[in-house]
Amino acid sequence: MEALVATAIGLLTASGVYLALRPRSFEVILGMSLMSYAVNLFLFATGRLAPGLPPIISSTATGYTDPLPQALVLTAIVISFGMTAVLVMLAVGAYLQSGSDAVDPEDRQE
Amino acid sequence: MRAGRGASAWAAGLTTAAALAGVMTMAPAVLRGEVLAQRLDWLPLLGLSFSLRLDGLGLLFAGLILGIGLLVIIYARFYLSARDPMGRFFTFLLLFQGSMLGIVLSDNILLLAVFWELTSLSSFLLIGFWSHLPAGRQGARMALAVTGAGGLALLGGFLLLGRIAGSFELSVILTKAAEVQASPLYLPCLILILLGAFTKSAQFPFQFWLPQAMAAPTPVSAYLHSATMVKAGIFLMARLWPVLAGTPEWFAIVTTTGLITMLLGAWVALFKDDLKAMLAYSTVSHLGLITLLLGLGTKAALLAAVFHILNHASFKAALFLSAGIVDHEAGTRKIPRLGGLARLMPLTFVVATLAALAMAGLPPLNGFLSKEMLLEEAAQTTFAGSEWVLAVLVTLGAAVSAGYSFRLIGAVFLGPVRQDYPSKPHDPGLGMSGPVLLLVALVLAIGLAPMLVAGGLMQAAVQASAGGPVEVYIKLWHGLQTPALWMSVAAIGGGLLCVGALPRLQAIDRTLSLPEAKVIFDRTIAALTQAARAVTRITSDTALSRAVLLILATFAVLAAVAFATGTHTAGTRPSTRLELAPAVLWLGVALPTIAVTLMYRDRLLALILMGGVGLMISVGFAYLAAPDLALTQISVEVVTVLLLLLALNILPKTAPPEPAARRWRDAGLAGVAGLGMAALAYALLTRNAAFDPISAFHLAQSKPGAGGNNAVNTIIVDFRAFDTYGEIIVLGIAALVIAAVGYPLRRSIKPIAPASADAHPVIFGVAARLLLPIAMMVGVYLFLRGHNLPGGGFVAGLVFAIAMMLQYLAEGEERTFARQRVPYLALMGAGVVIATATGMAAWAFGKPYLTSWFGYVTLPPLDKFELATASLFDLGVFLCVLGSVLAMLHALSRITKRVG
Repeated sequence: MEALVATAIGLLTASGVYLALRPRSFEVILGMSLMSYAVNLFLFATGRLAPGLPPIISSTATGYTDPLPQALVLTAIVISFGMTAVLVMLAVGAYLQSGSDAVDPEDRQE
Repeated sequence: MRAGRGASAWAAGLTTAAALAGVMTMAPAVLRGEVLAQRLDWLPLLGLSFSLRLDGLGLLFAGLILGIGLLVIIYARFYLSARDPMGRFFTFLLLFQGSMLGIVLSDNILLLAVFWELTSLSSFLLIGFWSHLPAGRQGARMALAVTGAGGLALLGGFLLLGRIAGSFELSVILTKAAEVQASPLYLPCLILILLGAFTKSAQFPFQFWLPQAMAAPTPVSAYLHSATMVKAGIFLMARLWPVLAGTPEWFAIVTTTGLITMLLGAWVALFKDDLKAMLAYSTVSHLGLITLLLGLGTKAALLAAVFHILNHASFKAALFLSAGIVDHEAGTRKIPRLGGLARLMPLTFVVATLAALAMAGLPPLNGFLSKEMLLEEAAQTTFAGSEWVLAVLVTLGAAVSAGYSFRLIGAVFLGPVRQDYPSKPHDPGLGMSGPVLLLVALVLAIGLAPMLVAGGLMQAAVQASAGGPVEVYIKLWHGLQTPALWMSVAAIGGGLLCVGALPRLQAIDRTLSLPEAKVIFDRTIAALTQAARAVTRITSDTALSRAVLLILATFAVLAAVAFATGTHTAGTRPSTRLELAPAVLWLGVALPTIAVTLMYRDRLLALILMGGVGLMISVGFAYLAAPDLALTQISVEVVTVLLLLLALNILPKTAPPEPAARRWRDAGLAGVAGLGMAALAYALLTRNAAFDPISAFHLAQSKPGAGGNNAVNTIIVDFRAFDTYGEIIVLGIAALVIAAVGYPLRRSIKPIAPASADAHPVIFGVAARLLLPIAMMVGVYLFLRGHNLPGGGFVAGLVFAIAMMLQYLAEGEERTFARQRVPYLALMGAGVVIATATGMAAWAFGKPYLTSWFGYVTLPPLDKFELATASLFDLGVFLCVLGSVLAMLHALSRITKRVG
């Protein structure tokens, strides 16, 4: 299953990088979001995989997975939402004021 | 602040007077030879502590800084014109004064370096005080560049010194002279520290910034260039004298530098027509003199140096202030336009002449005494293999010094009265003449009765500087046999000769045509700027996507190099068994990911696909034993999609086509990045951690330590609550940014089309209204159980936000926000306040910030239940998340309404 998680991370990264390099702001935002998924998954993976062993203390549990990466990723997910929101606002603002959603001035055609 | 001129001067003056009085109360103990110390740890792990010491040397300097500071403040009150912002001036002056005091009172050399930088910064503000003058700005910039660069070297030297001595405390370092001088790092350490001292004290070849700094208001020049700023370098050499001095290297570097500076400064000063420029170069020269004395390495020379610090401060401050008076009253300080002022400004004439004669080294003034000691030392020193070279050169320097002093008196005050002064000169009021009178009284008093007036202070100061007992004996008359007397006579004769032969000397100076340091400096700066621009042009251009491409490509290359040059073996961690469910999940992530890459030009489709990826990832989290992450991911996903939908309302719905070359280029890089990340993740997952993770502690302590069964939640709200605290603040700031960006946007755009009359289906509206209380109940439930089961403030906040945004989707912006009269940003702020207050409450129980407490409470009809302060913190998180998310969506939706 390790290979599955690793390839998923790789795919998400590749797709994220590709979209982040697009010339228009909306795709860049999508790309950043995909990269956030990849990074969050990667951070989560530093706790290694332990299906069926959630870090909820109970008398019947046979073991627990590492809770620390989960705690870090939990806040990271919320923060990446904040970042996405700021990006969206900037993209909308730039579009409304310049009439173009191009990231670079040279790609402006409208 | 625009306080009255009087008020700000009083405030500055009283502060300084109080500080001076404070120092004076400690003076008796210091004069007895005690060292007063005070210590407060600041960053103990770095060896940085806030430790202060007051010994004789510190007392001398503190007295000069505060005493002359007080006089300058009084003087400045009357000198500055009504247009000058007085409050700002005194603020800068006090800032500078405080930093200077910090330098001379620090016991920790790192602390000293901090204060050193502060003097560079505050002197920058003071020199450039008249920021409307280009000369002021340039002078300030140059002073900052030179002293700032020197400060950097100094810090390096201090780090080496601390490493050699094993401590950053002066009290320790001063006892380690043998270790320091035997160390192989002694020479680099010495050079770096001397670079700091030489730049600050304007020693050759860094002397050029000081004359440029004369663009400052005269009170500033008087203060910076007599008693304080430039004396900082001298102070440092005197302070570290017992540790660094006495070696051949020290002698060679310091003595030679001092000698060159002394001669060069005096020579240039002789020809300057601007009164302040002349004084500036004479300051350079006298600083060179003191440096030379410190370089000699004998205790007698040290005494002469410390004594001259006091004398120079007194007569030079008096001269600068007199020059200011002349400038202020006669309207110019150009020597060719002055002359004959003796009859018009008799008082100024007398005091300025006395000060100038002290500078020339005439008896019975204090300058004579220290010059005599200098000549005596020079006569006894072998320099450059000869016994008389130094004696001759120093006598020559003294002669030129006497020469410009005489020229100053003659050209400004003597001669016939002129009719063409820019304004009518007269003696100033007591406010400006009083400080000068006091200084000149000191010049005379020290000259006439050196032992009575300054003997005790010198004893304490030199003893502190030398780090051992010293015999202090200063007297005016040594008899006819001493060589110094005859050298002195020669110097004074030479000085008169200089004045007489000025035109001929000027001709020599012109043929010498010494390189103008300012030109060299300007050229160097221009070249550096050019180089910096060239680098910027190569590394960054206007296209952001190209910059991103470059960064990613660099990473890829670095990673490839690292991989190719390292060794690796396959991981040994047993892999988890592959089942059907994760394989299906993988497809659920991979297929939409690939699809979104191919079909991104249809933006709505791309958004839906991305939402699908997020959903699948949250299911993946649930499968991989991370229920909290699954809950958070799914709710964040919903909010993100909502947000992007709102954005798509405004942005174009499709992306324009792109050239294939660019797509393939980016696809290649993306492929490399993806492969790299996949390989890295696989390598990580198939190995065990290099050392045991700290999570065992969290798991073991979750229940007994934090009172919760959900280890993820206890980490967030308890063990690492401070992280979480920072994170909710970041989220809050993001919300503020969005609101701040959104507000002006909303005003700047005109509504394009009115919203359609009935775009909101009734059924959806009713359903949403029914859903609201249910969703809220789910939120409350998730919040309450968060400490023990998956849930918590983050998730609950998101669920609440979704429920409320659903109303907006169903019923439109107007109706929803008319009913939801919630100040979102205030909600966010309240969350931060609650989290902060919860953290601070721990202080009341004498515990560190954010220490949590929990206990069990029994209310009769209910079961025993638990109360934890961490829950209160979680409430703060909840409110902050809810407020931030809603504020973000609201800001965007308001724009959408205008446009859409």
